[in-house]
Amino acid sequence: MSGSGNVGIVVVSHSADIARGTADMVRQMVGDEVPLAFCGGDPDGGLGTNVESIMAAIDAAWSDRGVAILVDLGGAETNSEMAIELQPEERQGRIVVCNAPIVEGAVMAATEASGGASLEDVKRTAEELSPS
Amino acid sequence: MSGMTDMRASGAVLLTHPVGLHARPSVKLTKLAKTFRSTIEISTAANGPWIDAKSIVKVMAAKVPQGSELHVRAAGDDASDAVAALIGLVEDDFGEANADAANG
Repeated sequence: MSGSGNVGIVVVSHSADIARGTADMVRQMVGDEVPLAFCGGDPDGGLGTNVESIMAAIDAAWSDRGVAILVDLGGAETNSEMAIELQPEERQGRIVVCNAPIVEGAVMAATEASGGASLEDVKRTAEELSPS
Repeated sequence: MSGMTDMRASGAVLLTHPVGLHARPSVKLTKLAKTFRSTIEISTAANGPWIDAKSIVKVMAAKVPQGSELHVRAAGDDASDAVAALIGLVEDDFGEANADAANG
């Protein structure tokens, strides 16, 4: 999918079920034209997020147009930011964390991305949901 | 862009989808609208207020209920095609005429 002309979406939750369910909603409501990956939970089946999984999800959803990450709470955001910092230089500036509710934001961001919107527009659309 | 960007078209259609214009129908309408170059707006009244049919957030926030008359207007070189396509989508019940409304 790395050749896709659309911004990719990454879903990062503390819960593997929430991450997978959010991705399911994106696939069913928006479709397959947006690169999409998700991660959540720790290897033992508990709650958590980790940098390695987020980096793998970024790789899976990578698009030259960029990647927008939707997160749930605290560690999901800080680990996502760390995963971004560890990306190769050529990807810097093309990965953003959206300040938006994870489920609604993922669907809105993917809908915007499916039309070929820029990373900035995808992020803005997801964040339009949030109370300002 | 061509010099024909001032072409305008409009139309209206009854929204019969059992749960109105909410999540899945909104996504479909917005995605379809984005495939056209024209500016496209929708409203539940002929005199507005009009909202951008390409904005998923605005379309979903409008929560247009079943039984509404949905007005569509477009401006741009593919305005007529855009209006026809959006009205066709609504007439086709968003391609999910047999879908369970509870899943909407």
